[in-house]
Amino acid sequence: MAVLEREDVNPPYLHPAYEITVHRAPSKRLIEVPHGWFHHSSGPVWGRIAVRPGDNDLTNKHAGRPVGQTITLSGRVLDSDGRGIPHTLIEIWQTNASGAYLDPADPGFMSLDPNFTGAGRTITDSEGRYHFRTIKPAAYPGELGGLFRPAHIHTSLFGPLLGSRLITQCYFEGDPLLDRDPILNSIPDPRGIDRLLARFNSAGTEVGGVDSALAYDWDIVLRGPAATPMED
Amino acid sequence: MTELQTPSQTSGPLFGFALIFDGVDQAVPPEAPGAVRLGGHVIDGAGIPIALPDCFIEVWHDDQWARARTDTDGHYSVLVRKPAARELPDGEVAAPHLNVTVFSRGLLKQALTRVYFPDEARANAADPILGLVPEGDRGLLVASADGDALRFDIHLQGENETPFFAF
Repeated sequence: MAVLEREDVNPPYLHPAYEITVHRAPSKRLIEVPHGWFHHSSGPVWGRIAVRPGDNDLTNKHAGRPVGQTITLSGRVLDSDGRGIPHTLIEIWQTNASGAYLDPADPGFMSLDPNFTGAGRTITDSEGRYHFRTIKPAAYPGELGGLFRPAHIHTSLFGPLLGSRLITQCYFEGDPLLDRDPILNSIPDPRGIDRLLARFNSAGTEVGGVDSALAYDWDIVLRGPAATPMED
Repeated sequence: MTELQTPSQTSGPLFGFALIFDGVDQAVPPEAPGAVRLGGHVIDGAGIPIALPDCFIEVWHDDQWARARTDTDGHYSVLVRKPAARELPDGEVAAPHLNVTVFSRGLLKQALTRVYFPDEARANAADPILGLVPEGDRGLLVASADGDALRFDIHLQGENETPFFAF
């Protein structure tokens, strides 16, 4: 039997530096399912989540212009076999430029922006590409030992398989807060951390107009069919 | 060799304004034949229900999908219907079940489990995936009848920790 090695750079459930995992990390041995199980286990369907044209632009949802730096976040959603994943849903949510979420559960340390909600959706195109236009989120002081969390965009993806469902966070390269964030550094492999960093794209940056945006690139790799060990 | 996958991060507690909207808890319309409420508490290792805002679950199977956030008591509720049993490629038969995924502040990666149905004892006994679960824990994956509804508590830790699947 040939096995295609799947490298797993996911964080462990238990990461004591992120204290709340101590009471929430599953601790029993996980049930291993047979090879190929993911091929006959249906993936998630999300057809009832309405995605309208323009839901990928978070900057124009109110009467005025949001405070902050306009950015684009673009890239491809790929599977771990290297193929683009077409027509898959991406949901994002984030703070405004002062570090506040619109969510009622936000502690309210930072100011809301009446011109920014901070939630968006899109569907990848036939080659797996996606594009968002938004405001660069801000760091905010968190519950985690009084540290600021680095700026991040929460990202939820479905993909075609039960095993490809992913919720993660997109960070920005060069942020000095990255090295000390207990959530990001729950990922044991530096290559995994690297996967979560959006890169500044100088060539893609629009200049010269009121709508100028800094461009960031971020590709996302979901588990693909061959990532399940297979018999040859 | 495969491409390195993008790793998971916690959903955090501040997802509600983006992920939760009217009707998202309904995998089937209320008037659909066989529609039933499936609900329960999500409970941490200290025995404390994981209350609003921290946690949400998703259920899916074939054409059914729903998402529900736990409320101030740590209770979730979705509207589903029992799927049919399904023959697998190897000839075995999968008992009716729904996949259940837990996302939460404090979960760095989702926890994946399944819920089976209490009126399917014979099918459950023959289900190949349930058969992989240690015998004494199988009952933890079977919902219980609760009036007209189904109850399925999810324990992230502890003596009654829900069996979760590697993926």
